[in-house]
Amino acid sequence: MNKTVNQKAWFLVLPVLVLVAFSAVIPLMTVVNYSVQDTFGNNIFYWVGLEWFEEILNSERIHNALGRQIIFTSIIMLIEIPLGIFIALQMPKKNGLWSSLCLVLIALPLLIPWNVVGTIWQIFGRIDIGLLGYSLNALGIDYNYVQNPLHAWITIIVMDVWHWTSLVVLLCYAGLQSIPDAYYQAAKIDQASRINIFRYIELPKMAGVLLIASLLRFMDSFMIYTEPFVLTGGGPGNVTTFLSIDLVKMAIGQFDLGPAAAFSLMYFLVILLISWVFFTVMTNLDKKEGV
Amino acid sequence: MAKITLSNLAHSYSSNPKNESDYALKKLNHVWDDGSAYALLGPSGCGKSTLLNIISGLLIPSEGQIFFDDHDVTNADTSERNIAQVFQFPVVYDTMTVKQNLAFPLKNRKVDASYIEARVNEIAEMIGVTEVLNNKAQGLTADAKQKISLGRGMVREDVNAILFDEPLTVIDPHMKWELRTQLKALHQQLEHTMIYVTHDQTEALTFADKVVVMFDGKVVQIGTPTELFERPNHTFVGYFIGSPGMNFLTVAIEGQKAFIHDEEIDLGNNYSISRGKVEIGIRPEFVSLSDDASGLPVKIKRVEDVGRHKIVRTDFYGTEINLIVSSSTMVPSDSCRLKFKKSAVNVYLDGWRVNGETV
Repeated sequence: MNKTVNQKAWFLVLPVLVLVAFSAVIPLMTVVNYSVQDTFGNNIFYWVGLEWFEEILNSERIHNALGRQIIFTSIIMLIEIPLGIFIALQMPKKNGLWSSLCLVLIALPLLIPWNVVGTIWQIFGRIDIGLLGYSLNALGIDYNYVQNPLHAWITIIVMDVWHWTSLVVLLCYAGLQSIPDAYYQAAKIDQASRINIFRYIELPKMAGVLLIASLLRFMDSFMIYTEPFVLTGGGPGNVTTFLSIDLVKMAIGQFDLGPAAAFSLMYFLVILLISWVFFTVMTNLDKKEGV
Repeated sequence: MAKITLSNLAHSYSSNPKNESDYALKKLNHVWDDGSAYALLGPSGCGKSTLLNIISGLLIPSEGQIFFDDHDVTNADTSERNIAQVFQFPVVYDTMTVKQNLAFPLKNRKVDASYIEARVNEIAEMIGVTEVLNNKAQGLTADAKQKISLGRGMVREDVNAILFDEPLTVIDPHMKWELRTQLKALHQQLEHTMIYVTHDQTEALTFADKVVVMFDGKVVQIGTPTELFERPNHTFVGYFIGSPGMNFLTVAIEGQKAFIHDEEIDLGNNYSISRGKVEIGIRPEFVSLSDDASGLPVKIKRVEDVGRHKIVRTDFYGTEINLIVSSSTMVPSDSCRLKFKKSAVNVYLDGWRVNGETV
């Protein structure tokens, strides 16, 4: 049977095209537009080519922010992924009231809006009225996240771990729940040690969800803005100014639209690139093991 | 290797069992002889797997004791019992190679490496996975994975027993036959006590020296395949084993005769039964078409030609009676009379077989 050729069908795609154009393509192109022009106001623009990109690439300020960003993301991933696995392993395996209760408790931090998380920790850590800050100082520890860079970092990292480890736990827990009982029984019969059970049964079965968890944690932490902004505002000085905080300062604080546009485009590409590398490497690893 | 004794064993999954129906496994006494091959046969949910898990120590029974030889192992851990078990669905360690998989139980027991190497090669040869020994287990087919599970079950030579929990469920039919034959050969070679759980009667009858039939948490009969076929102890065994299963007719018995719908059936033996539900059972193999005017009048519902023989399904006042006749037999199209082979008729009182007195 011959298929009827009817190009009119393309019109059916039109609404989606319009929607995507308005919500994604045109805003993105505006940013691209800003990134290659300069303005002195009054909507008058001058073509500057790749100057802004050069400036951003050579900017020490951006280099420092990127460095801080990489250190931050590495630290929280090194803590959250193992900690998440560990907590998931301690969760009750049988479905019941106890496991539901655990799940709800674990999921709670994920339900709190990000700026509220920032506010909670901002107050929690204050040395005059905050439970944590006051207690630490009462114990004789000179804790002050507003002035001490190390304390600011520790507070932000603990806050992020507190907020996001739950996500890793939930994903790992789902992975663990999907392992049939027979595996554990067989391991018992084979007299496998606890470590071997983890290494040969639980970890391989969790590999898929761990990939997703790592990817999500990477993307989220690399773009983190709200919580550190509320907590420290990027300070003391610039020590907790991560990429997105810097970007907002540049775009809205200084109103340097050109450099900020160039910056955000590169920021976007870096995240895209790293996520892609991440995903390809991990899935290839998976495939190789399958041979 | 050991003789396994179950003494007053019972198990309930609820922590506070009130009546009999709370028990997944009802009170049971049994001795598994050392070196025999047993099949544990029964429908799904009859307590087979529970019994198996209790023997291997994955489950602690709520009542009773288990002995290996004279050693009480009721509360002993799986590792102390030294038992191998193969499960219904293949369990392989995905990230290991086939070789590492087979060596795993030995390695965990800190066995000498040169012995492991030799033993693994031997087992690989037996189950036919020599070519893929160095492949990762993950990419293999379900068949091959289950073979590895079987291999891991047999790799230890000193086990007290090997338990199989419906191990051939996921295997292709032609492979099933091959693996079953291999298992049988292995049993003769290794002389381990083997307990093989299945709900497939062919599997049970071909594999085992003795078949243990379970129904509703109880062992209803233990016997050789012939005994199960000719003298089922319980109506369930008669119905469950055989294709089609045994025919049952509810009758009234007086002396040597059974009465049903004004017809009378000669039993050969003398029975004195005064109360309860009385049934007679006869295998379709021992029912034949009568060539004269005697016998039970039936209506023929359907004839199924299965190649080697024909299955004739008939209706006797609302009760189905099946018979098996040779494929050359001419079967009348509407109604006929049936004869029973006298010595093959069994009498059941409330489901259990009763012996008659010989006259």
